[in-house]
Amino acid sequence: MIPELGYGAAIAALALAVWGAVAAAAGARTGRVALVESAQRAALGVFALVTGCFALLTYAFLTFDFSVRYVASTTNLGTPFYYRITGVWGALEGSIILWTWMLTLYTLIVILRHRESARELYPWVLTVMLSVIAFFLLVVTVAAPPFERLAPVPADGRGLNPLLEDTGMITHPIALYLGFTGVTVPFAFALAALITGRVGDAWITLTRRWAIIAWYFLSLGLLIGGWWSYHVLGWGGYWAWDPVENAAFMPWLTATAFLHSVMIQERRRMLKLWNIALVIMTFGLTVFGTFLTRSGVIASVHAFTQGSIGVFFLSFLALVLLTALGLLAWRWDALGAQGELDSIVSRESAFLLNNVLLVAAAFTVFFGTVFPLLSEAVRGVKVSVGAPFFNQVNVPLFLSLIFLMGVGPLIAWRRASLDSLRRNFVWPVAIGVVAAVFFFALGVRPAVAVLTLALTVFVALTIAVDFVRATRARRRTGERLLPAIGGLLRRHNRRYGGFVVHLGVLVIALGVTGSQAWSVHTETTLRRGETTELAGYRVRFDGLSASDESNHSKVTGSFTVTNGRVAGVLRPAKKFYPQEQSPIAAVDYRLGFREDIYLVLGDFSRDGSEATVKLQVNRLVSWIWLGGVVLTLGALLAILPEWRKAA
Amino acid sequence: MTSRLLRWLIPLSAVPLLALLAYGFRVNPREVPSPLVGRPAPPFELQSFDGAPVALESQRGKVVVLNFWASWCYPACYEEAPVLERQWRAFRERGVVVIGVDIQDTVEAGRKFTRDFSLSFTNLRDATGKVSVDYGVYGVPETFFIDRRGRIRVKHVGAVTDEVFRTTVERLLSEPPG
Repeated sequence: MIPELGYGAAIAALALAVWGAVAAAAGARTGRVALVESAQRAALGVFALVTGCFALLTYAFLTFDFSVRYVASTTNLGTPFYYRITGVWGALEGSIILWTWMLTLYTLIVILRHRESARELYPWVLTVMLSVIAFFLLVVTVAAPPFERLAPVPADGRGLNPLLEDTGMITHPIALYLGFTGVTVPFAFALAALITGRVGDAWITLTRRWAIIAWYFLSLGLLIGGWWSYHVLGWGGYWAWDPVENAAFMPWLTATAFLHSVMIQERRRMLKLWNIALVIMTFGLTVFGTFLTRSGVIASVHAFTQGSIGVFFLSFLALVLLTALGLLAWRWDALGAQGELDSIVSRESAFLLNNVLLVAAAFTVFFGTVFPLLSEAVRGVKVSVGAPFFNQVNVPLFLSLIFLMGVGPLIAWRRASLDSLRRNFVWPVAIGVVAAVFFFALGVRPAVAVLTLALTVFVALTIAVDFVRATRARRRTGERLLPAIGGLLRRHNRRYGGFVVHLGVLVIALGVTGSQAWSVHTETTLRRGETTELAGYRVRFDGLSASDESNHSKVTGSFTVTNGRVAGVLRPAKKFYPQEQSPIAAVDYRLGFREDIYLVLGDFSRDGSEATVKLQVNRLVSWIWLGGVVLTLGALLAILPEWRKAA
Repeated sequence: MTSRLLRWLIPLSAVPLLALLAYGFRVNPREVPSPLVGRPAPPFELQSFDGAPVALESQRGKVVVLNFWASWCYPACYEEAPVLERQWRAFRERGVVVIGVDIQDTVEAGRKFTRDFSLSFTNLRDATGKVSVDYGVYGVPETFFIDRRGRIRVKHVGAVTDEVFRTTVERLLSEPPG
């Protein structure tokens, strides 16, 4: 009964979404308010129905309803309660339902917030949002139906992919999907602006905070993904330039570019065309990402499945790109700039350069990702593009971006005078250079690490200079220190939110640099009682123990780790799942501010007398997660008061 | 000013990209790239389940299908075992050898597997795991197709099908030897 209900709800939601999209468009063209209101009700109905679908699927998971094929293939009787819930989006079909549900949620919020404030654009925004939802519901009902029956009903299911049995699996997909689906809102506004011809600043002002929200969730999703990779996969890394990681990274890059370039449009009425193009690119890249993950076209650890679904997504991508770029061409004449670039030495040009670099980074990542396909199509040769390519191209780009991060916010609009340059930059540059010499003399290597450290000092100082100066200015009006700071942060929350985000990025950059440059590892086979040493840590193998968990059996190694101060026992394990062909490593680690100690159990002898262990000392990795926290604070500062002001 | 027609090149620019992605559907992602493809196959000598040593070198001049498997690899290895046996019987007269290498396994389980499927082609044990490392085996099953000059030509991940076996081997047989 449950599956039929769910399937029926999905079909009804699809019908409503199509009606809503058509009605809103018709309402916009004819000016009949009743039609737009009907579309609005349809959107609410879609939200309710998709929520129902999602609830029914969750219920099927909680009750082990193996008559549903999707439930049987992603859970089994041993799956713990918690992972039965995350298992709902643990594979293709359910992830699409979650995705659709988020889209309907965003649509609901758009209705609540913009029904009155964006009269001209609003009906078309509804049309676009509902069309995107209709596409996903088409996938849910035709290409990847989560409620498909399985006959005969098996006694037990296959079980969730063991790698997904992790707390990161609740937060990572949710954050990432909120980011991916969130991009739909700016895209809908951009298309509405093109359709109505109101390509001025209104849509930009309305969508800026939506863009920040989507951007923030994308960032969070990427960071949690890195954390998951780090503590689950057992290779000691957090980023591998895997096609699917790239798929999430590319829209992040273009969204970052957009967040910066909107400021130029707001201030100088330039880059109208560019901004719309960036939004289209960002949305196009999210669709491309879903296509990549779900079509099986490019081999990846994240690949969900193969089959007809790829054709659906490719058709959708074609529709999106051709429609959006077609509209762009149609409105070409209206998209000319009103302002002009006055000087190379100005904030506009710093931001432009920032955009060029970000889009260049997005392009190289894109190129590296599709190159294997291109090479096979053109030359018939299979190649894989690895981390070296991506690192080589992107490291200089990112270092330049960090440099601009210091320049952009402080340099004057229009034309920076020599005097203002001196006032803002002499000290940060000087101290940055001194820092470079200092770190170099201290023996810090490689050079790229020294450069990153110096740039970080420079950018942090520019932020400090600006903040101190602004606080002083307020204090001169008689305010006390703390109220002055509070008032500053509240009044200029976008500016200082941005600065805090920049600080977060700096902290992440240090973490990435440290872990790449200074981590060490070794792999060795130890007899029981034997000790090995790495970077001041002594690791002794104490023995193995076996245990049976609810859905797998586990062999756990026991290792005593000492480094003079800290003593502790680490227990890396190997988990054997009946449904998996090879054992899954369970890493054990101690996180530290300066370094993590990280143990992976390799092969072992059956009698427990011998075990191979991979031992890593990873430097500064924690800074990446710490930077994520700082970034979150900055994003909150940039978003939250804004909402209050607008309310 | 862009001329009226020229601007329509913008949407058209998406077409080659879409075409490329569409091409992707025709590609088999199971045929993964390996740095070993095109290189000479790493030589090895392993013992069969009866204890007889077998060297890859001794098969030079023949097309070798080198298959890495394990008894615990269910279902893929169980699907392909009959395929390998069937194809080996079909091609053995034409200068094709199939060599199975059992990795990360116990002798008993491995021997039982070969008995259960009545495998008549050579099956070896990689007890130390050295050969699987040399070939960059990531998981089982993986199959390497080696031409008559001893170079690895195709790496196939996952169960080998009749179709893959036949077309690949026919292609390698059609090349001039030496």
